[in-house]
Amino acid sequence: MALYFPLQDTEQDTLNTLHPNDLRIHSLETFGTHDGPGVRMVIFVQGCQFRCLYCQNVDTLDVNGGTMVSIDELVTRAINQKDYFGHKGGVTVSGGEPLLQRSKLITFFKKLHDNGINTCLDSNGRLLDNDVKELLHHTDLILLDVKHIDDDWHHKLCGVSNKPTLKVAEYCESVQQKMWLRYVLVPGWNDQPEFVEKWARQFTGYKSVDRVEILPYHQLGMHKWRMMGLPYQLTDVTTPSTEIKERVLHTFQKYFADVRLK
Amino acid sequence: MNTDLSLREFKKGAWNKNIDPADFVKNNITPYEGGATFLQGPSKKTLRVWSAAKVALNEERINNGCRSINTEVVSNITAFGPGYIKKDDEVIVGLQTELLLMRAMKPFGGIKLVQSAVEERGLKVSERVVDIFNYARNHNQAVFDAYDSEIRAYRSNHVLTGLPDNYARGRIIGDFRRMALYGANVLIEAKKFDYANVSGELTEHKVRLREELSLQINALKDMIVMAKGYGIDVTRPAETAQEAIQWTYIGYLAAIKEQDGAAMSLGNVSSFFDIYIERDLEAGIITEEEAQEMIDQFVMKLRLVRHLRPASYDEIFGGDPTWVTESIGGQFHDGRTKVTKTSFRFLQTLYNLGPAPEPNLTVLWSNDLPEEFKSFCAQVSIDTSSLQYENDDVMRCVRGSDDYGIACCVSYQPIGKRIQHFGARANMPKTLLLALNEGREEEKGIQIISGVPAIPEGALSYDLVLQQFKFALSELARVYAKSMFIIHYMHDKYYYERAQMALIDTDPGVDIAYGAAGISIIADSLSAIKYAKVTPVRNSKGLTVDFNIEGDFPKYGNDDDRVDNIAKEITSFFIGELRKHQTYKNAVPTLSLLTITSNVMYGKNTGATPDGRKAGESFAPGANPMHGRDCTGAIASLNSVSKLSYEDAQDGISNTFSMIPKSLGSTKEEQVENLVATLNGYFGHGAHHLNVNVLNRETLMDAYNHPEQYPQLTIRVSGYAVNFVRLSKAHQLEVIARTFHESM
Repeated sequence: MALYFPLQDTEQDTLNTLHPNDLRIHSLETFGTHDGPGVRMVIFVQGCQFRCLYCQNVDTLDVNGGTMVSIDELVTRAINQKDYFGHKGGVTVSGGEPLLQRSKLITFFKKLHDNGINTCLDSNGRLLDNDVKELLHHTDLILLDVKHIDDDWHHKLCGVSNKPTLKVAEYCESVQQKMWLRYVLVPGWNDQPEFVEKWARQFTGYKSVDRVEILPYHQLGMHKWRMMGLPYQLTDVTTPSTEIKERVLHTFQKYFADVRLK
Repeated sequence: MNTDLSLREFKKGAWNKNIDPADFVKNNITPYEGGATFLQGPSKKTLRVWSAAKVALNEERINNGCRSINTEVVSNITAFGPGYIKKDDEVIVGLQTELLLMRAMKPFGGIKLVQSAVEERGLKVSERVVDIFNYARNHNQAVFDAYDSEIRAYRSNHVLTGLPDNYARGRIIGDFRRMALYGANVLIEAKKFDYANVSGELTEHKVRLREELSLQINALKDMIVMAKGYGIDVTRPAETAQEAIQWTYIGYLAAIKEQDGAAMSLGNVSSFFDIYIERDLEAGIITEEEAQEMIDQFVMKLRLVRHLRPASYDEIFGGDPTWVTESIGGQFHDGRTKVTKTSFRFLQTLYNLGPAPEPNLTVLWSNDLPEEFKSFCAQVSIDTSSLQYENDDVMRCVRGSDDYGIACCVSYQPIGKRIQHFGARANMPKTLLLALNEGREEEKGIQIISGVPAIPEGALSYDLVLQQFKFALSELARVYAKSMFIIHYMHDKYYYERAQMALIDTDPGVDIAYGAAGISIIADSLSAIKYAKVTPVRNSKGLTVDFNIEGDFPKYGNDDDRVDNIAKEITSFFIGELRKHQTYKNAVPTLSLLTITSNVMYGKNTGATPDGRKAGESFAPGANPMHGRDCTGAIASLNSVSKLSYEDAQDGISNTFSMIPKSLGSTKEEQVENLVATLNGYFGHGAHHLNVNVLNRETLMDAYNHPEQYPQLTIRVSGYAVNFVRLSKAHQLEVIARTFHESM
């Protein structure tokens, strides 16, 4: 499998440490209703080391791309939107991979909490260090994408190992950090009954898991690959059939109280 | 009288001493905090009447939007005998003419427009009627007798447009509840009493008032005659719910038989009806199904209101709207809600009869509305796209009354206490181009404003442009005020609204409702000049034909104060200028940021603007950001609009919000919750108005291609809703192109 650019290991370190008062972001959606509860301001941060074949925001991968925006400006924007959040809504940081900017997000989330705004992270669980732990301490809800339970398949699908992700999940369970687990369902890639079952068994005992969301794969992000001149490898993969969706739903429902098929 | 009914007495109050329905409502209302589960489906009678009506509606559609026209009669309150749809099944009766959907001629606004409307349909106005207007003067003729060359130049060059100088002004809402609460005899006595009090040394005003009162008394007498044709005696007060609704409708019907103003709005009758319905239900003389049946059938009548319009009218008021605006909900000053079970029953008509643009159902949104009602409204919006919302907390506090309705699209009007004179609107982007072209119109170079210096070569200077634009706006305000003075003076003289005015306090206060189009283009244009480098491209006559824009600039619709404050400043400046001028009847100036559907026509008649908009491109509707320029999502867009101050635009700030269902949430429950949160947030920021459309663009495309399959597809456009398929194809495409918020 051809990776279209390097993992940017060195750069990702500076992404976390340089410009401590700014976030490198891709874009902003002020009316997000799909990434966490209620109406949310969703900040798509720039930079990710996963290389998921189905990535729908492939333009958020490059850790040198995007725009620098001051954390204070984002806090001001969130405050201006607070009235729309209602009882449930708030701010979600999605991406890209938010954990690559974990130190700055601590500052951001603290300021949001100072203003009574709910915080949510939408993450692949790329890493777990002390900063991530501290960030989770200021996070009301983490949406954790566990893309495949089998590490080989995870490598094939995402270019990296699933071990850090599973560690993040374990840590969240150990501190009872509220979690929604997410599963992007890609036919032929992660719908294998045995792996779906195994995935569910891995987390069924977790009290921190509040909900499981199944997100059926779609090709809406494909045009971005073309625009960036990158080869899209899942051209022949269609959105999962009702039968597949129902099967995965039923499997998950055996193990979790609240499963949503989006 | 139904003396055999054992109905309890209503609680007494000031309403027993004066004509004061608001006091009656305050004393007798049963606020409702519960949910929608009590609601009933349509009755068999309702279904039969509605299916007969649908046949006629289909004929109307097939016949190019007009079922028939009466070309013989000058319509007034008593001009036509009774008309029915399906007499035996109708629990509320009354049509404008003897035949369903037959349009009548009301030529006192302007005989020319009536003639063109009739001739466009291949018919001719009868010789008798043409001859009458060889002698009788009409509003249109009189206005043009008093216009000066300046007004004509502004008008013919599309700087001032849609002025009610060749059609009726509308917008005056009668307090139709008065007919039910008091009966015509008491109302006549009260008007006679007022007449007797116009005494002492005479002034022009007093003489005028006496004439008006006589006209009003005659109108009430005519209402008695008209009702009698249906076997109804409106001389006495209504007793039962059925009578209260019927009597109120007689009052409204009188108005729409005689006047065809652009907007003939209804007011706020639902919670008034509820008082009678509650009493009848309590006494066991009606069931919930019958209560719903009366509301369904009343609303059905409102859906069938028609006026005779020429094709040219469609440009500014697309889709044949009538603005039978009914305001629902809101709060009293004392903190109680005005929501009743009948508020729910009105919304339920959108399920029982299917979605429809009329009546223009307007929810007066307060943060304190009962939660269950908020959720039901959101659900109805998601299911039907037929509702608009207005900020009750803001209007009640800034304007003062807690008994008001919405006139036309979005405009506050205390019911029975004040009226408003409709002022159409001014084209602000066109005015900006006048400021950049030495006061010359940008297409042909015709001089409109004098004293505007030439702009130096090269990139535009913000300070200079702003200074010249403000000068042009002040000239615009001066000419605009003059034209309005003439229009309303003549309208009173030649086409006085005697029916509505008979149901309003004598000599009420007046607001003069000016309007402005293109605020988002102004904000973006000035922002471009300030933050980017904008250089005009001029033709051989020195007129701007385009603008070169180098660099990026903040755009209205992204919650960015740098540009949003420009929109605010210009609005404030313009109303300030308008307030400097004399008005007819000492009317108080207000301003709207509203376009109806004329944003398409304005665009067509306006050259390229400094924001990068090309010549001919449509304006954004109302106070909406320009299409596609609000790129940080719906809330940033809503926040930008909410910064415009209602104090500066008390006639209304219209915003149309279109969402695909999935963007609102994954499940219906989430969608309802999120829409309620959005409305709370938006109005919590002091915003004034929001149309809510929840639709897929594909549905609209399909309706564009297969209109016959979507007879009831309804969409909110500006301050009103339309049957999508009755918009012109150009308007349909404009709606489809408009920003749909679709976050993924």
